[in-house]
Amino acid sequence: MSLDYKAGSVVFEKVSKHFGNVTAIDDISFTIEPGQLVTLLGPSGCGKTTTLRMIAGLEHPSEGRILIGDKDVTNLPATDRDVSMVFQSYALFPHMSVAENVAYGLTVSGTRKSEAIEKALEGLNLVGLADYGKRLPSELSGGQQQRVAVARALVLEPEVLLLDEPLSNLDAKLRRHVREEIRDLQQQLGLTAVYVTHDQEEALAVSDQIIVMNKSVIAQQGTPRELYELPASAFIADFIGDANLIVGELEKRDGGLASINVGGVEVKVPHREQTQGQVTLAVRPDAVILHQDAGATALAGEVTHASYLGNQIQYTIASELGELFVIDYRVDQPMVKGSSIALDFNARGLALVAA
Amino acid sequence: MSVKHPFIPWLLVAWAAYLLLPWYVQEDGFWSMTWLLDGYLAEEDYASAIVHGFSYDKAWLLPLGLCLIAPLLALRYPKYNPAYGRTLIASGATGLGWLILQGLAIGISGWEINSLESLFGVLETRQFGLGYGALLTAVGFLVVLTTGLAARGAMKGDVFVTSAIGGVILLVLVFVFYPVSQILFSAFQNEEGRWALGGFYQSLTSDSIWGLSCLADNRSCGVAWNSVFLAVLTGVSTTLLGLAFALIVTRTGFRYKKSLRLLTILPIVTPPFVIGLALILLFGRSGIATQFFSDLLGIEAGRWLYGLPGIWLAQLLAFTPIAFMVLIGVVEGISPSMEEASQTLRGSRWQTFRHVSLPLMRPGLANAFLIGFIESMADFGNPMVLGGNYDVLSTEIFFAIVGAQNDQSRAAVLAIVLLFFTLSAFFIQRMWLGKKSYTTVSGKAESGAAMPVNKGLKWLSYGTALPWALFTIVIYGMVMFGGFVSSWGFDHSFTLQHYSDAFALSWGEFGLVWEGQAWDSLWTTLSISAIAAPLTAAVGLLTAYLLVRQNFAGKDVFEFGTMLSFAIPGTVIGVSYILAFNVPPLELTGTGVILVICFMFRNMPVGVRGGIAAMSQLDKSLDEASLTLGANSFTTLRKVIMPLLRPAMIAALVYSFVRAITSVSAVIFLVSAEHNMATSFIIGLVENGEYGIAIAYCSVLIIIMLAAVTGIQLVVGERKLRSKSSASDQNKKKLQEQFA
Repeated sequence: MSLDYKAGSVVFEKVSKHFGNVTAIDDISFTIEPGQLVTLLGPSGCGKTTTLRMIAGLEHPSEGRILIGDKDVTNLPATDRDVSMVFQSYALFPHMSVAENVAYGLTVSGTRKSEAIEKALEGLNLVGLADYGKRLPSELSGGQQQRVAVARALVLEPEVLLLDEPLSNLDAKLRRHVREEIRDLQQQLGLTAVYVTHDQEEALAVSDQIIVMNKSVIAQQGTPRELYELPASAFIADFIGDANLIVGELEKRDGGLASINVGGVEVKVPHREQTQGQVTLAVRPDAVILHQDAGATALAGEVTHASYLGNQIQYTIASELGELFVIDYRVDQPMVKGSSIALDFNARGLALVAA
Repeated sequence: MSVKHPFIPWLLVAWAAYLLLPWYVQEDGFWSMTWLLDGYLAEEDYASAIVHGFSYDKAWLLPLGLCLIAPLLALRYPKYNPAYGRTLIASGATGLGWLILQGLAIGISGWEINSLESLFGVLETRQFGLGYGALLTAVGFLVVLTTGLAARGAMKGDVFVTSAIGGVILLVLVFVFYPVSQILFSAFQNEEGRWALGGFYQSLTSDSIWGLSCLADNRSCGVAWNSVFLAVLTGVSTTLLGLAFALIVTRTGFRYKKSLRLLTILPIVTPPFVIGLALILLFGRSGIATQFFSDLLGIEAGRWLYGLPGIWLAQLLAFTPIAFMVLIGVVEGISPSMEEASQTLRGSRWQTFRHVSLPLMRPGLANAFLIGFIESMADFGNPMVLGGNYDVLSTEIFFAIVGAQNDQSRAAVLAIVLLFFTLSAFFIQRMWLGKKSYTTVSGKAESGAAMPVNKGLKWLSYGTALPWALFTIVIYGMVMFGGFVSSWGFDHSFTLQHYSDAFALSWGEFGLVWEGQAWDSLWTTLSISAIAAPLTAAVGLLTAYLLVRQNFAGKDVFEFGTMLSFAIPGTVIGVSYILAFNVPPLELTGTGVILVICFMFRNMPVGVRGGIAAMSQLDKSLDEASLTLGANSFTTLRKVIMPLLRPAMIAALVYSFVRAITSVSAVIFLVSAEHNMATSFIIGLVENGEYGIAIAYCSVLIIIMLAAVTGIQLVVGERKLRSKSSASDQNKKKLQEQFA
């Protein structure tokens, strides 16, 4: 006997959730394909955790429908749903051994004890903790506790695995390691997984798809690359990686590209259905190119602040486009605070966004 | 996976109850099974509802059968269909409602409500109190109703939680609100049971309650003013004295702090009137202190103790530890950094205390005062023993019922007045103080040490609190040794006579004979308390679980309702239980069941508070983890929450046990010859002047309870320590990981 997964899809149809007068989720719809790892990303209070808890059945939508594996589960309580969840605090039962924790879900749903223990050991094996079954959770390190929580969720062979900020209680170095483990496990077992985080780097690193949420609605859904390179809005551009928002004039469209005049400099970017007139451009900090000889381009600026960070130097530049945040990897050519410089743009780090 | 239709087993039980079990209450008592052997099926008294309905002209019981069939209609629909839930709600609610209505409408003498009699004519048949059959049928209806509500989305579709809420609400309604509302009704009625608003107004405003003649001449004031004056006096003085103790323990270098903390256990294990009794032995006309001074100074022994001074002194002794308990938390809750800040801003110790610490304590002081006020108002034992001519509400209620007057409506009016005062205090405490707490402990680790108080304040605290502590020790010494003295004031020779009168054992023809006169009431007390304790703890902790872990509309009202019984004085509960449960539909007076129920609902707030405190410390994600792992909420409660709450459970068990033993005010109305409790037995002894046996009995009770409480505190306390140390170990580990 071995663990056997049948990945399910998750569909939200026009789901809203109100807590009293507060609207936590406002009419959202999305589809998560089977076998994908999808991240719900957003600032705190955006509704991502509420969304996850509605998939789990810990909250029920005020309006709309939720389908898991093509079954309508809208009114089904958590107990009866075929999903399992890894909690931010891990929520290991402190009075049960590691093996009992992992076997818990099986025993309460009526699996024979011997079978449950066997599966629990298999689950612990999966996360590399086969020898730790007899210990109490308090006798494990944070990273080990986290893996027990994953094993406990996995042995139920859920259609969907939910992870609520699973790395937030780990220290920075362990975090990268554990997120790679989670991603490997998900791909190896072909799981559908929904992952909540507020850390955009984590989201970019582990996801097949990212759903960015802001103020109770979905701001954008797409692959990590789509979100970074083609942000739909100023919010996305700023939230996924940093961005300077500057205003330009769209002068003409030529095929898929638009020519835009930014303070006298012309740049070409995909037009994304924008027409004539004033547009907003998101400019990545490393897409601003600084020239030491003032007057090299039409755009002039002044260095108002410079911080040396080892592999990069971060500048604040005052220019006629406003204050710009710039990252420069040429650490051997530092610009002095107060010096006048010229600047232009690398087209790869630019995108038109809705203002 | 869960059962497909969880209400079915309950419905089957209800069916069995409706078809087979005796519908009405059995004369031989709740647990007696004589009906099974003694002519079941033949006797009318033992008949089930359906038999009554068809054979004994009680057609009104038949619709209940229809309501029991109706839930089956729901099975035609799948669970998510709204019709499923609606069918269950309709049949459950109709059944439960009908059961209650018919019970209230038709009593021992036919129609209870006059308008129904004029509508349907005089009813020849009559019915008695509801029995097992009705009880189990009602439970079945309740589960059907709550299952329906859950299916319609109540409590996220959780049948167990919905049923638990429904159950607790029904219990509180039946055993707290219904009896109290009976008081209101009976106050508005005259002796013939007719509405008499004028009479109510007259007795409510009568001079015997509100008279102020004591201000003008030497006559006594109305009982209401007496009670209020006493309660304010007690509230203020217990608060000040409690503050002195709290300051000594937290803010001075006093060496015997630990023993002062022991004081907090005393009120828990002391029946309320014991202090009064000990005071009589000291300061009564033949008390030792009185005799000593009269010999010394040649003044005649007075009766000053009987009246306001005596009651006040006894209440001060009895309730100061409670104020101490409240205030110690308040004083400890003031963050040392506030006081350090004041000192670095060049405030002296006195200025810091005066302008920073004291204002921060104000809500806590108000809270302690209100608790003292309520306790004093509700106190029955001490005024009973020491009252003299100083009448207070709680004892007046008792005399209105049991005295020669037997005036239920006067008792009801007095109870309303008393209830008005205690509920107002309770309201103020919840509404005003609830929002105004200056807890400054933030959960962040604070390094500062509490600031010692300045010299003057320190000696003031010492000067008031320490003599008082000594006095308390003397009082308890009197209780412990008083039982060994032949006759107070006359013959102070050592004797075991009182103990042998109370607790003699001998060997007779049939083995051990419990000869002493106290055994009966002692065994009744212990067994009733032992039955009540687990029930109280269970209802209390279940309610705490619902309050902490579940969110539902009307939760505030629900919480208020469950805590309300704290503010209802025991005498009021006693009167209301007599009024409510002397007649059908629930005939409980004179049984042991009514005592158990009374204890359950009087002591439930203790369990609720303990449970809330313990459960708030359990991470909610533990429950949620269990739910997402496929356990239902009942399994979660059983396998995750209960094991983690074991200390709180044990504590709730012991406290409800001990409180049941010590309570007297409500009990004194509800005891019967068959079920006499220790406390009311002792009050009887005191009334007959048999102080020796009374005090001997009290000391035995205190020792039993002290053993129970300290034993449990040892067990539970140790557990707490261990889990605390492991928690701090965990924190250390986390820290180490972070800094590694």
